[in-house]
Amino acid sequence: MPIDRTTFLGYELPPHSMTVDAWRLSFFAKAIGETDPIYSDLAAAKTAGHPGIPLPPTMIFCMEQGRPNAYKLMDDMGIDISRILHGEQHFAYHKPVYAGDTLTFATKITDIYDKKGGALEFFVRSTRVTNQDRALVAENRGVVVIRNLA
Amino acid sequence: MTTQPKTAFVKVGDTIPALTTEPITRTTLALYAGASGDHNPMHIDSDFAKRAGESDVFAHGMLSMAYLSRALLGYAPQSAVRSFGVRFASIVRVGEQVTCTGQVVEVFQANGETRAKLDLTATTSKGVVALKGEAVIALG
Repeated sequence: MPIDRTTFLGYELPPHSMTVDAWRLSFFAKAIGETDPIYSDLAAAKTAGHPGIPLPPTMIFCMEQGRPNAYKLMDDMGIDISRILHGEQHFAYHKPVYAGDTLTFATKITDIYDKKGGALEFFVRSTRVTNQDRALVAENRGVVVIRNLA
Repeated sequence: MTTQPKTAFVKVGDTIPALTTEPITRTTLALYAGASGDHNPMHIDSDFAKRAGESDVFAHGMLSMAYLSRALLGYAPQSAVRSFGVRFASIVRVGEQVTCTGQVVEVFQANGETRAKLDLTATTSKGVVALKGEAVIALG
């Protein structure tokens, strides 16, 4: 079923905010095999000159997806999550983020298109990430692919 | 700890230290699901994945991107990373290892600093390109 472009092109998700949790950062470091102690140990981070444990580069995506019921958007769009693939993900980094920072995510659907006569559909999710001082810390852009059944 | 590469020593064609992961297991995927918060059952529930027509669970694309970020951070500290992006080219399956490589393709000036653009690739142990990416880093 094609995505309803009238409703969803330009659709803005309700902004959500989340505080970066040090314990979760150490769990993430373990999960991705990151052994540099600055990503799990505050003392090591401080020795390396950081005010806190840094948020590793791709985890800002996890925070973006950290809204309650992250797959609600897919449900609302009529997308079966067993048919989706991540097509692309891009980050522009503007300011460092550390454990204890509170991030706010403002996400908008900025493009919807299809290929192969609709067999593959794509939507683009663009997110501005700001911190507790309202400073822009990152811009995330992701492409989701939906493999429609023939 | 990685130190920021210096403009005087960086040239087009330089390669970053390659990184090869351990084989991806169901435990790897369970840990990544928990830590990332992505609980899509396609990555952690073999029964669900099979009902959806897949042979088995497969890795989160963002896990491979995280591996690629580790390779990038082996070359430049995170404070130097200005942008990082990937296209997911193929699925990484349980049992496969991921090898991450990269090289400098451009050195340029922007926003009052010297920057390097890197092409990054993640390849599975079957020789299939899983991710193509690029990053821009600031040079010291």
